[in-house]
Amino acid sequence: MPETTFLDSSELVLNMGPQHPSTHGVLRVILKLDGEKVMGTECVIGYLHRGVEKIGENRTYQQFAPYVDRMDYVAAVSNGLGYCLAIEKLLNIEAPPRAQVTRVILTELNRIASHLLWLGTHALDIGAITPVFYCFREREEVLKIFENYCGARLTTHAFRIGGLQYELYDGFEEQVKAFCDMFLPKVDEYEELLTNNRIWVARLKNVGVLMGDECKEFGVTGPVLRAAGVKWDLRKAQPYSGYEQYDFEIPTGQNGDTYDRYIVRMEEMRQSVRIIRQAVDKIPTGPIGKTPKVIKPPMGEVYVSIEAPKGELGYFVVSDNSTQPYRVRVRPPSFVNLQALDRMVRGGLVADVVAIIGTLDIVLGEVDR
Amino acid sequence: MATAPWDGEIPTQLRERFGDLITECATYLGQNFVVARPDAVIPILEFLKLEADFDYLVDITAVDYPNRPERFELFYILYSFERNERVRLKAMIADGAQPQTAVNVHAGANWLEREVFDMFGIQFAGHPDMRRILLPEEWEGFPLRKEMSIVQQDDRWVKENLGIESGQ
Repeated sequence: MPETTFLDSSELVLNMGPQHPSTHGVLRVILKLDGEKVMGTECVIGYLHRGVEKIGENRTYQQFAPYVDRMDYVAAVSNGLGYCLAIEKLLNIEAPPRAQVTRVILTELNRIASHLLWLGTHALDIGAITPVFYCFREREEVLKIFENYCGARLTTHAFRIGGLQYELYDGFEEQVKAFCDMFLPKVDEYEELLTNNRIWVARLKNVGVLMGDECKEFGVTGPVLRAAGVKWDLRKAQPYSGYEQYDFEIPTGQNGDTYDRYIVRMEEMRQSVRIIRQAVDKIPTGPIGKTPKVIKPPMGEVYVSIEAPKGELGYFVVSDNSTQPYRVRVRPPSFVNLQALDRMVRGGLVADVVAIIGTLDIVLGEVDR
Repeated sequence: MATAPWDGEIPTQLRERFGDLITECATYLGQNFVVARPDAVIPILEFLKLEADFDYLVDITAVDYPNRPERFELFYILYSFERNERVRLKAMIADGAQPQTAVNVHAGANWLEREVFDMFGIQFAGHPDMRRILLPEEWEGFPLRKEMSIVQQDDRWVKENLGIESGQ
């Protein structure tokens, strides 16, 4: 008989995922537990790896554009915007004003859709069943706008290098305005369900604290960074697509905990509505941009990044003056943010791991690419 | 690449401090970058972090140029919240060379370097956990090297697993 058995060991290794409803995809987390306490974690990722960067080297600039939608598939419009901006920078061109304003509207709508999906699933993970139905109901309205605009709901490929492919459809402004009017009271409704809910507060307050210095150390961006009190948003810091013309706030938290991240994202949805309302009132007339038939940027390399719903989404593109990129590197916010998971769960309870994975708002399609 | 020289406080300080280890400070399309000798990368990252507030390591990546003697270009993209500025640090390394890890300067370098290793086979010396990250442990080769072709890999897989020609 062995002298010690696993029962004597104070450390228990528990495998969470890859098939686990709360890991939002195929994330495997190996947890080292002491009772209910998490002593350490290891993330096993790559289950959704499709080699997007390699595909990029084997496609022309235009052909690669639909692929980027499939990384963060709940915020496909943001992915597309970042890619188009990167190639436009490489070509040293800019989309015409009408295209830029349309891009802002659709990207902000997508931010709302992405945050709604996060809110619904995050609440579901924690045990609040109701919000997910409400969130999906409103998200559907956003997807309808996308569908009317370009025919696709999720992987939209809405933008083209140099501008837009499609003119706005009749009734676009009205539909967007109607959505904004309908949506703002709904955010209050979600908040009524959750913000002061005792169970919600108890599960979220002081859970998964990540302060500003730690965020910077790990390169964590987006709502997670802002909830730690760092007022930094690329739309303000280094505006692109004419974001400097819009009047909006950067919501921040103080405690860097799961609850603050929730508050920040809720407020971000309201700010997105604010941006959309301003933009929709002043869609300029004019061309929507012409996509060049052959894209052959001069030799060079650029790094362009945007504020995606999850954080800083960057594209590093190297051109060798051919029709295919020599190298496309995607700097995915989810991948970088996920690295902080270990720091956030260590010392906490195993039940909080689910809350913390939810609050990081990762999409495994983007983590693995 | 039609670059313009980059003059200013940071390049001057860097040149003063590191001398010949800095080969170039330039700007391309408004984006600043520094080219340095590989052994100077970590001291430069440290210097930029501590004395120039470049405290956010955005990304580490590499580009493969198989025909050059030093075939990999290693990129470090940095950002400073204080200055609201970006800078790119670039170093050329040969195949098999082991650049020092940046984990001790920026904790976030851990996974980024693992990904570079996974995709290019560049080993980082002193890295606490130099394993593949996205691909399975038993994967052969490094997919983002230029000699790895998508078609070849697909052909091989079809032949081994289905026993037919893939016809691609």
